Amino acid sequence: MARKKVKGKPNQRSFRIKQGLDTDTVKTISAIKSEPRWMREFRLRALRIFERKPLPTWGADLSPLKLDKICYYVRPTDRSARRWEDLPSEIRETYTKLGIPKAEQQYLAGVSAQYESEVVYGSLREELAKQGVIFLSMDEALQKYPEIIKEYFGTVVAPDDNKFAALNSAVWSGGSFIYIPPKVKVSLPLHAFFAIESARFGQFERTLIIADKDSFVHYVEGCTAPIYSENSLHAAVVEVIVKEGARVRYSTAQNWSRNVYNLTTKRAFVEEEGVIEWVSGSLGSRVTMLYPSSCLRGKGARADHLLLSLAGEGQVLDTGAKVFHLAPQTSSRVLAKSISRGGGKNVFRGLLQVAEKAKEAKGNMRCNALLLDETSQAETFPSLKIKGKDVAVGHEATVGKVGEEQLFYLRSRGLDEEEATGLIVNGFIEPIIKEFPLEFAVEINQLIQLKMKGATG
Amino acid sequence: MHAKSLTIERLSVAIEKKEVIKDLSLTIRKGELRLLMGPNAAGKSTLAYALAGHPNYRVTSGEIKIGSQKLNDLPTEERARLGFFLAFQYPVGIEGISLFDLLRETARVQGWSGTARELLGLGGRLARAVGLENKILGKELNFELSGGEKKRTEILQALALQPVFAVFDESDSGLDVDGLKLFGEAVGGLIKGGTGVLVISHYPRILKYLKPDFVHVMVGGKIVESGGVSLAKKIEKGGYESYGQKES
Repeated sequence: MARKKVKGKPNQRSFRIKQGLDTDTVKTISAIKSEPRWMREFRLRALRIFERKPLPTWGADLSPLKLDKICYYVRPTDRSARRWEDLPSEIRETYTKLGIPKAEQQYLAGVSAQYESEVVYGSLREELAKQGVIFLSMDEALQKYPEIIKEYFGTVVAPDDNKFAALNSAVWSGGSFIYIPPKVKVSLPLHAFFAIESARFGQFERTLIIADKDSFVHYVEGCTAPIYSENSLHAAVVEVIVKEGARVRYSTAQNWSRNVYNLTTKRAFVEEEGVIEWVSGSLGSRVTMLYPSSCLRGKGARADHLLLSLAGEGQVLDTGAKVFHLAPQTSSRVLAKSISRGGGKNVFRGLLQVAEKAKEAKGNMRCNALLLDETSQAETFPSLKIKGKDVAVGHEATVGKVGEEQLFYLRSRGLDEEEATGLIVNGFIEPIIKEFPLEFAVEINQLIQLKMKGATG
Repeated sequence: MHAKSLTIERLSVAIEKKEVIKDLSLTIRKGELRLLMGPNAAGKSTLAYALAGHPNYRVTSGEIKIGSQKLNDLPTEERARLGFFLAFQYPVGIEGISLFDLLRETARVQGWSGTARELLGLGGRLARAVGLENKILGKELNFELSGGEKKRTEILQALALQPVFAVFDESDSGLDVDGLKLFGEAVGGLIKGGTGVLVISHYPRILKYLKPDFVHVMVGGKIVESGGVSLAKKIEKGGYESYGQKES
């Protein structure tokens, strides 16, 4: 797919903060947003934590990431639009290519589009708004509902959770705030699109989802960026609160360009009989470090993690899942499938922890890695920590290669090597694709076909 | 009707450095059925794999041709597209891929112009022709299949492709009496359609269901004797001992 560069297009209303990060940067961002004082204090506190914490030394090599050379805030336009026509044309162009206006009409309940640091477009179907559903950019939500934000912001992922959660807490901008009132089931997905077009830029969106009792919502995020030679950073924080009997499905299609460092923290608190489903397809980025975690805090709470990742040349996708069983009869499933090709590397890190009081917990963690050639790599680190009684937990991790005999068999039926490999890959991911929400499976499948073609074509 | 013969001329095949087939010649005309028998390790499957172009089976001398088209240097998939088919003795499993997925892909790359629904109809008919139910089409390739079902689905694929030339590598092993009968009918149908067929088998009992034009006995990488059905009957009685081999 041809991508048009929009670098350096003049836009009178845009604003780019000076590169690098210090107290001034944080204060400037806070001032631009006319935030309450507590938020500014929160940011400054987080900045001190960020400065204190060393870069993680386990996992992917982060040394090429020059944090002092990054621009931490870019405002592409002076306001958020409610109508597509009101967006600057170059932004509209980007999103039209992603098919947003069409998708919005057809199968989405609401749309949010973030371009660089700010959400530039937002919409929500009227009937949902009437039912009390809130779907806003985090900035707007902070203005409109400061008490709710103050109560929940940073309670699921605290700034001191890790260095990049601290960084996000200091310089966050954009992201989504979603509130679903009790018993409201949002049947169509809410979709957020994130795009980065500036070079050496950091995007730090902040998302908070609160699903009140017995509600349901499916939130889908898609991430994309054109290709630049310099490294950009995407460090989001996502906090999800699933109250009693509610269910949240969180789907991510990550297709950042090959120069983006994607260092994101996602976590859900799940109360009694609540359900969190993390569904993710990681295809892009240079480096990803992402381990969505589920804290099953109420009796009978459930977590489902489905991860699919495809690492190609120059990519390190270090992903995984963490599940904390903290209450009785909680259950979880982690199913991860990775494909490495062209020298790419996938790492899976899984943690399944069962607390002493989590009696009769059930957990299953499975990770299968497929290597398409000799130069590619896959590693798996599943870990179980069990204290509870009468628990049923299991894990399985495999790393396999495309078999010579499988290729020969398919070639004997007339498929060439590329077609045969494609079929084997399709079969390998089939068990996870069929678990994906339909509209998401289609999107991910298309992306994979595109990437696989690029691999050999 | 296919108008092409399969010609094997003075073929030698090595696996790594070991020569397994030595100076073997054989021509099979359209619509002809030949039975290749021999003890274990005689090189029968090696011949089948070499004809199909397995990368580990190196042709060191000689020629393989379909009509006037030389196959030696063609990759496996091009041989298949020219009409060469191999029914595997031990077909491999492929996770997440059903028999129907494979049929669809095979049909696509071999220029089938019908719809998925038509293919499903064809698959169903062919499944019944080999004594299987429709639902076999949805099963995961070879992982979910019993030994007999694997053989039958290989035969099914030959029927679907109607190749110029087909090799059945011990398709009769593991088949019950009903299966053998259907196998015989399937091969009979292919021959009628002009396909040249080579059946590799250990067991003379297959003659109850097949009427080969020629029987060849392979020992130590060579065809040591050729003849009619009577040759197979001789083996049924005396085994391969007269060729300096113990029956296995």
